[in-house]
Amino acid sequence: MHELSIAESILAAVRKELAGHPGARPIRVGLRIGELAAVDVDSLTFCFEAVVKGTEWETLQLDARVCPQRRLCRDCRNQFAVVEYNAACPACAGRNTSLTSGDELDFDYLEVETDATPAAQVKGAE
Amino acid sequence: MQRLPLKSKVLNENQIVAESLRERFREHGILCLNLISSPGSGKTALLERTLASLDPSTRVCVLTGDIQTDNDARRLAQYGFPVQQITTGGTCHLDGRMIEKHLAAWNLEDIDLLFIENVGNLVCPSSYDLGEASKIVLLSVTEGEDKPLKYPSIFFKSDLFILTKIDLLPYVPFDADVAEANARLVHPGIEIVRASSTAAGGLDQWLAWLTQRMAQAQQDALSAAHATD
Repeated sequence: MHELSIAESILAAVRKELAGHPGARPIRVGLRIGELAAVDVDSLTFCFEAVVKGTEWETLQLDARVCPQRRLCRDCRNQFAVVEYNAACPACAGRNTSLTSGDELDFDYLEVETDATPAAQVKGAE
Repeated sequence: MQRLPLKSKVLNENQIVAESLRERFREHGILCLNLISSPGSGKTALLERTLASLDPSTRVCVLTGDIQTDNDARRLAQYGFPVQQITTGGTCHLDGRMIEKHLAAWNLEDIDLLFIENVGNLVCPSSYDLGEASKIVLLSVTEGEDKPLKYPSIFFKSDLFILTKIDLLPYVPFDADVAEANARLVHPGIEIVRASSTAAGGLDQWLAWLTQRMAQAQQDALSAAHATD
């Protein structure tokens, strides 16, 4: 259950980012979560809703994209998606492979509304 | 609507603390090892037997994390080396700030080896960098051989896998080779040692690994010092 700590870290980072954008209202924060990151997206979403509830950030949404494990074979240069955590290269069966994605716990974007793009206009665009 | 790119890590604050800890460990030639396992896999017992076998002149310190009680610190303090308990009060993992805060009580000049015994949990501690040189994952033979597949993150992030309680192998339906193959499936480069904290010579492989890593850390510190001369 470290998802609660992570939810708090997300909100802290959003607030920090917004300090540099006066007047911007946060709508959605995008995350990239690797399947090796040991973070459960449902649990994180639940915790995040609990953290923002009753605050001025209550309508802020979380958009967490799970990134599957991908590896690069150092022997035959094949890039492949890992199936069931098997790190061996499916092309040459070599085990000399390195992770290229799948362990990230990164921010991706922060969607904000500014006075130049009022809420009504944004709704119309969607 | 405007989309601002946000390129930092979610746990950036922890990462900053961890990198500063890592730099301080490197400067002082400290080998810091972060031990992680489920509750009851034998982290404290392994540390107890390790401390008992170390030369009393070894400059080793231990930080041990638990949600409640200082039982582990009391167990580990019997061996005459400095030990501090980190009681998290509910938090399921240690983070960089907790390490930083407790290290303030010690002079880093006086430490060559720092063990961090994380809170018993195979999931959450894997997300938090503590500035360690290596994470070490422990799995005991009374658990399942498929744990590396069920909890891939920690096996992926650990440099060493210690299979513990191997003295019990005759009594349990546990296939050590399958467990090790599973760990290598998730992390082909992982190093593996088998250990028993009760059998004679049960820690030989682990202590050989530890001695080699301590020598390497001292060597690195010496070359770093020469490089700045």
